[in-house]
This record gives sequence, structure tokens and C-alpha cells, in this order.
Amino acid sequence: MAAQMERAPLSLKLLALGFVLVWVFTAAFPFIWTVWGSFKVQADFFSYADWTDALDGPTTRAQTGSAFTLDAYRGVWIDNEFWRPGLNTLIVTFSVTAISLTFGTLGGYALARSGYRYAFWVLIAALIFRAMPGVTLVSGYLLPFFELNLWGRLPTAIIVLVALNQPFTLWLLHAFFLSIPRDLDESAMVDGCTRFQAFRLAIIPVMWPGVITAGIFSFLTGYNDFVISAAILSEDNQTMIPRIAAFLGSVQLRGQIMYAVAATVSVILPLIFLVLFFQKRIVSGLTAGAVKG
Amino acid sequence: MPHGTFAKFILPSLTAMFLFIALPIVSIIYQSFFIEHEQIMITVEACDPFRCVEEVRIDAEAMIALREEQPAGRFNGLATYTDSAHLAFSEIQRIWSSSPDAWAALDRIFELPFYRALVFTLAYTFIVTPASIGLGFLVALAVNRIPQFFRGAVVYFSLLPMIVPSLLGSLILFWMIDARGIIGSFLQALFNDPELSVKADPVLTWITLFAYGTWSSTPFVFIIFFAALQTVPRDTLEASMVDGASRLDRVRFVVIPHLAPVATFLLVVSIMDNFRVFEAIIGFSAQAHASSLSSLIFNDLRSGEIPLFGSAAATSIMTIFCIGLLMTPSIRRSWTAFQTKT
Repeated sequence: MAAQMERAPLSLKLLALGFVLVWVFTAAFPFIWTVWGSFKVQADFFSYADWTDALDGPTTRAQTGSAFTLDAYRGVWIDNEFWRPGLNTLIVTFSVTAISLTFGTLGGYALARSGYRYAFWVLIAALIFRAMPGVTLVSGYLLPFFELNLWGRLPTAIIVLVALNQPFTLWLLHAFFLSIPRDLDESAMVDGCTRFQAFRLAIIPVMWPGVITAGIFSFLTGYNDFVISAAILSEDNQTMIPRIAAFLGSVQLRGQIMYAVAATVSVILPLIFLVLFFQKRIVSGLTAGAVKG
Repeated sequence: MPHGTFAKFILPSLTAMFLFIALPIVSIIYQSFFIEHEQIMITVEACDPFRCVEEVRIDAEAMIALREEQPAGRFNGLATYTDSAHLAFSEIQRIWSSSPDAWAALDRIFELPFYRALVFTLAYTFIVTPASIGLGFLVALAVNRIPQFFRGAVVYFSLLPMIVPSLLGSLILFWMIDARGIIGSFLQALFNDPELSVKADPVLTWITLFAYGTWSSTPFVFIIFFAALQTVPRDTLEASMVDGASRLDRVRFVVIPHLAPVATFLLVVSIMDNFRVFEAIIGFSAQAHASSLSSLIFNDLRSGEIPLFGSAAATSIMTIFCIGLLMTPSIRRSWTAFQTKT
């Protein structure tokens, strides 16, 4: 019976395969194209003459002696000091991930183990907070931050991003801790552990898969954020994405749009590798809770 | 878990959310009743070797003193909500009474900044959401039909448009649709029009933004549907085959009803996410032809020397209100589910 079910007509199989191919091409081609093009000069990547110039790079060869050039990367990372926002991004992303996970595991564990009604309300509040666009809160931050002299600094952006990331982290980790049997920490407590010791000794060793998943999403929040960092950080403390946005106007004027292309590819490449290594975790994080309806 | 222990565990997380989400909401409500101070002008005599002229200048010292004294600005009550940059009551009245018919009036009303942003935001939400859910469903069905071996690669490439920051995803496409880019020159060749520019035309700009939105939100829908498809009960499928259901019947009567709760979840999440559309407008440099509620807020915060806090706050409150309206059905549902459970 099962075998009969799998036996789809050939036409249907081909149709499905064709459709999937078109989709994969649509999803992946822009990235492949831009990564490839970032090693060319502008006259090739944005060619008036022929789009195939971006493939073989005749002008790139004429100007640099090779079909591939690192000029754009050199220009952006060294001449335009893109390493500064790069370093800031590293600090923000690392801190956001570490703090989010510390807060999130403690909170998620409590929510999963508390049977009281207020635990439900915390989760509903988190759901509503998750729905609000971050930019709507920015005008609420700016004035107090100016008054308290907190504006423009990295720690401020970090803690705001941690807070905005908490609703999702709490939902994810709470769902994950629900799947860890209660017996595990309860038996530790019967053996004389306090609740925190039970959490540390019995739960932490088995919680890593959930924490890694939540960590990837916290990483993405810190790394990908544009709105909060652009509004809260001063120019010399900027992270990479607002820097690219600020950068666009000026490089376009100077005809050095390839700098922006190289900067964009530099930000995207780590993400492409992240997906490669953590694909399963990302998918399980996305589908956590969703599939159960 | 005792109340005290619960409190200790949840404290860091709750404090962060209270300080940086709940309190700022109160702060923006308060802020929305105030507007920036009027410029204090002083007349000074500016002399050069030949003559002296009187000049009117902004009195910087007095402005600093005034701002220290009243940091929130001047009290304006609800007037910010109704001014020309927001709900624009008086403008609407004027347009309504001076337009020949309702269509002409609506046309002009949708040119007002707030309504222009609202119309785009709603259009984006209600076009991209169904488009990505439909496309994602089809991709999931198709991927479910291809050999196991390829599925990992398909999921990998599908994740990319979603994982890459919106601003950069839109920039990449923006460069491709440039008249000198690959899609731009392809379109010019296709329509045999060397002047064709996707960026210059308002309608094409909207279509581009919708297409980008669909491209970047489809992966999420696909992955959720694909995971849910693995949980379709085989027994029911087999039973329906015994009853003589065709392939299409099986999708219609078994698969779709099984996926319905997942689809509702996707609908809610997609509406929330699409409603905040913003980065794509920057990435496509589309500010001239499209603005969203989020971009309106961002522009106020970035405007000139003095950020328009009051104006941004009023738009924020109205945005949160719209999100609340859109979310009411799902909150009500979880409330009923919770009540039946307890």
C-alpha cells in the first residue's frame, strides 16, 4: 500500500522536480551572482555593454591583470576601515547571544516548570511584545538615553537587543524544557539539591541542543539588526549593517559602489556558512511549536 | 515550583523586558502628547566694516535652557495625532469638500504621508502574506515529492533569502535590477525598451518590493509546511485511497485539513512580520515611491537636527494599535484555549 502511494506518475514527478529547481535557482542565484561579482571591477559587474562581462570580467582583466580582484574588499576593509564596524558587530553579537541565553534558559526553565496562571500571562505578554515592530519603541528609548547619557554606546544597544530578543528566546526554550522530563530535576531535588542546583546539575547537561538552537537565533538578532543599531549607536560605534546603509550614499557618489557590494558579501558569507553547519538546528528552531499547531 | 523560586529564575528576563519593552511603551504614549519646542529667535546686530544689519537667529543658549527645563517638549495633547503628518483631519475635510467625486478625494487623501504609508503597509502585508503562503505550500508539496537525497540541499538554499538581513537581501536584488545589472538589462531586452527602469516607476517599485517580500518570506512558510507534511497521518491517506480518492482529493480532504492549524499559525506570524516592512524600502532606495509606517517613524527620528520624538511616538502608537487589531483574533483564540484547559 505504502509503495503504491509513493508511485506517482512520471509527469507529476518531473513537474515537482522542475518546480523545485526553479525555486532553488530563485532562492540561491542572487547570492551566487553577487558573491561572484564582488571580485570584479564596477565596469564589469554593472556593465552597460553586456551582462556577460560580469561572468568573464574583461575590464577586470585589463585593469588588474586577473579575472578576479580583491580591490573592492581592500577598499572597504582597509581604506574605509570596515573592520571597525566589524569589530563592533562581533562584540554586540557575542554579548547579545551570551546574555540572551543566560536570561532565556533561566526564564524558560521557570516557565516550563511553573503550573501557575501567571506563567501563561508572561508567555502571552511575550507574544504581544514579539509582535511589536522594534522601531516603534525607539522613540521611547532615545529621550531617556540622552538624559542618562547612555545613547550611542555599545552596551546600550546590547541590552536593548537582549530585551527585544527575550520573547522569542523564552518561547523557544520554554517549549524545549517542556520536552525534558520533570523526573530529571525532581529526582535531583529529592536527593537534596536546591532548585538551582537541580537546574545546574541535572538540566544544563541535557539542555544543549535547545540552547544551541536559541543561540543561533540570538546570534541572528544581534548580527542582522538594522533599526535598533542605526538609531541607538553613534557613528563611531556603528555595527556593520547600519554602516553599509550609511555608506551607500557616499560610495555611490564616488562611483565606488563595488565597496558596498564587497561589504555586503562580507556580511553575508558568515551567514551562508552558519546555515551550512547549523541547518538542522535552524529548522528545528523555526518549527518548534509551529507544527504542533 | 514555588512562587519565590519562579520569581528568582524569571527575574533577569522579566526585568529586561519590563525596562526595554513595557516601560518604553508608556514612554511613547507620554511622548506622543508632546511636540518639539518652537525655535526661540533673537535679533542680533551683525556688523561688518561697512554697515550693520539686524539678523534673526536661533537663540541656541535659550533653546538649551528650555530643553533642560522641559525635555519632553511642549504639551500638545492629542493634536499630534490629528495634525497633517498623521490623521490629518482638517486636510481630509478640505479635500473632501473640494474634490469632484469620492475617487478623486481618496486619491488625494492617499497622498497624505500617514495614509500613504498605511496604504503601502497594508498592501504589502495583504499581498505578500497570501503570496508567500501559497508559494511556500506549493514548494513544500513539490519538495515532498522529490527523492530524499536532494531535500537537504533544497532546504539549505531555501534558508538563504530568509536568514540574510532584509537590508542586504534587498540591496542584492536592487543591484541586479539596476539598468546595468543582470535582471535590469534582461528586462530591457525582453520589452525592447532601453529606457526601461524599474527604479523610476512607482508601480514597478511597488511590484519589486512585493516580489522581494515574497522571495524573502516564502522560505519560512515552506519549512513549516514541509515539517508539517511529515506528520500527515499515513493511515488516513491510505484509508482515503481505499475509498477511491484521487491524488487531488487526498490533498484537498486529508492534507489541507491536517495543515490548517499550521496555516493559521503562519498567517498570524507572517502578518506580524510583513506589517513591519521597512529595511526593503531603504535597500531599494524606494523612499520616493513607497513608505511604510515603520519607515515613517524612522524618518521622524532621523529628521534634520532635532528628532521629531512626538511625531514618531504618535505614529508608533498608531502602529501598535494596528498590530493589536490584526492580532486580536489569535490572542482571543489562545485565551479561549487557555480557559477551556483550566
